[in-house]
Amino acid sequence: MLQLHDICRSFSGKQVLHDVSFSARPGQLTGFVGGNGAGKTTTMRIILGVLASDSGTITLDGSPLTATSRSRFGYMPAERGLYPKMKIAEQITYLARLHGFSKEDATQRAENLLVSLGLKDRLTDALETLSTGNQQRVQIAAALVHEPDVLILDEPFSGLDPHAVDQVLQVLTERADAGATVLFSSHQLDVVERLCNELVIIGDGKILDAGGREDLRRRHGSLRYELTSDADLSWVQTQPGVLIDEITPERVLFQSEESQAHAVLTEAVKRGTVKSFSPILPNLSEIFREFTADKTDEEAAA
Amino acid sequence: MSVESQETNAPQSPLSTTAAARLVAGREIHTQVRSKPFVISTLVTVVLIIGGFIALGFMGGDDEDEVPVAAVELPAEHQQMLEETNFEVTQAGSMDEAEQLLQDGDVDVIAAFDEESYIQIQLIGLDELPMTEAQNLSVMPTMDVLDGDAEDSDILYFVAMAFGLIYMLVAMGSGMIIMQNTIQEKQNRIVEILLSAISAKALLAGKILGNSIVALGQFLTMAVASVVGMAVSGQLEYLEMLTWPMAWFLVFFIPGFLLVASVFAATASLVSRQEDSGSVMTPAMMLVMAPYIVALFGLNNDLVMTVASYVPFTSPVAMSVRLFDGSTAWFEPLLSMGILVITTVLVMALAARIYSGALLHTGQRVKLSQALKSEN
Repeated sequence: MLQLHDICRSFSGKQVLHDVSFSARPGQLTGFVGGNGAGKTTTMRIILGVLASDSGTITLDGSPLTATSRSRFGYMPAERGLYPKMKIAEQITYLARLHGFSKEDATQRAENLLVSLGLKDRLTDALETLSTGNQQRVQIAAALVHEPDVLILDEPFSGLDPHAVDQVLQVLTERADAGATVLFSSHQLDVVERLCNELVIIGDGKILDAGGREDLRRRHGSLRYELTSDADLSWVQTQPGVLIDEITPERVLFQSEESQAHAVLTEAVKRGTVKSFSPILPNLSEIFREFTADKTDEEAAA
Repeated sequence: MSVESQETNAPQSPLSTTAAARLVAGREIHTQVRSKPFVISTLVTVVLIIGGFIALGFMGGDDEDEVPVAAVELPAEHQQMLEETNFEVTQAGSMDEAEQLLQDGDVDVIAAFDEESYIQIQLIGLDELPMTEAQNLSVMPTMDVLDGDAEDSDILYFVAMAFGLIYMLVAMGSGMIIMQNTIQEKQNRIVEILLSAISAKALLAGKILGNSIVALGQFLTMAVASVVGMAVSGQLEYLEMLTWPMAWFLVFFIPGFLLVASVFAATASLVSRQEDSGSVMTPAMMLVMAPYIVALFGLNNDLVMTVASYVPFTSPVAMSVRLFDGSTAWFEPLLSMGILVITTVLVMALAARIYSGALLHTGQRVKLSQALKSEN
């Protein structure tokens, strides 16, 4: 398990990370979400050791990170970059060799990985001749080629079409299933919601919340219920303790306490055939908006 | 991509600095040697050098040609003297006939009998005194100089220019490539990926090593081209004279170039965009041009050359020129070499600190003090 304890970092006097603590478990895709400038990239660069923290520790399976344990990390930086004029198979081989693989092993791995990412016909092409999406796949190969135990990916899906997202996702899931810890950042909340079971939310350099996706959804935002029925549902509007979000004659979406919701359901059953009744958990965007709204309130109060 | 393959094949420890530096150096060499501009410029240089020697050979051969002369009423012994001293004699029956030959351009000069002359020959030119032709007939004493070897100053000048120019061209070329590569790696952030695998020291060492090997290769190519040029144009007698100074130049070139490469790499690590390179590269460029400028303007000033032969950045050229000139005591090149090596080691250590400190700072230009203070 990768754990961060109270990581702080300032840039020229301005503190950008405040006691950042969270953990990411092996075998899981952990999403790291936050707005622009929230501190995602800085945190990731500190995990990788390309940036030093001012204070705090990072441990892997309980022991502090060393050059040796970090050599088992894979990294995809936020700003993409490899050698533009180098052939893609050659540069992935080169990176594998820098991680300590023998020449033959490195060549074999680079080719297999690029083929599995759908770049079979481009192996001897220079990076700069590839489309943006394909360059992105090469970038992912660069992070994966040494079969890292820990994968740190900064915005791996930005700029990819849905087909490419699926291909990359499949490779990442394979890595997680093989026991790797995968942490990736994104501001595309719908993508994160679809992919990750574990979430870490950061805002303004502070960890706002972390945990399982369902837990987070239950903990944050108001619980809503959706009710559909044969009979006209306009009566729901007059129920006490019920706040209507959307209403059509046969469908109603409302917020209320759980007991009130059950009262509504009982009433609905009496009045006609209930086709469906289900609680609707808030999605990530809503949770995220709630955090941002809190912040705005605080700012307004201050 | 199975768990097994990871456990059996994945190396469990990072590469040693040496092994990583060797890989980086290998990539630098590979990339450069295969780039078209590099291959073309090397070929052009080789052709220019060989061509230059051949051209020199032809120019030297010009005065071997015989001078056509019209002889008027010359005794046989005088005619024989003309023939032995590189004249092609045409008999003219009278002065009028000879003048006609000269007017028509059939001969360059008229030779007539003249009792007042020491050798009893008068040379008559068309519209100016035939000084060049007269030199064929002049007698020269043997010559030597008291101080140093008898190499004439033309050759010394040529050697100084050649050393200065070769050093500047090779160092500047490779320095610019180091600079561009470093900035490129920083600009497109591949440096973050590289540094997550290997240390900044290994990256810097590999970069300097790789480019120094390429530069040394270029230098040797130029040296071989010079020898070929001399051989083809029949001027191998210069080779003997040049062997030792060239060998010394090579020995000085190696630490000298490592020094230049370190300065360029450290300088480049301060900026993150190619467009900004101009703002930091001036000092490095001046250091590379200094030896040439010293050779160009200080060649005849013993004090300047002596001082320059101990100053680390100018010593590779200045000391080699002084060695060619023969004006050094035996310990001087060794002392100068010692100073150069120590400076190189110190500058490399400093460059490593700047490089590590500045490499991951992107955006604005990093101040030198900031890079030295920064731990990461």
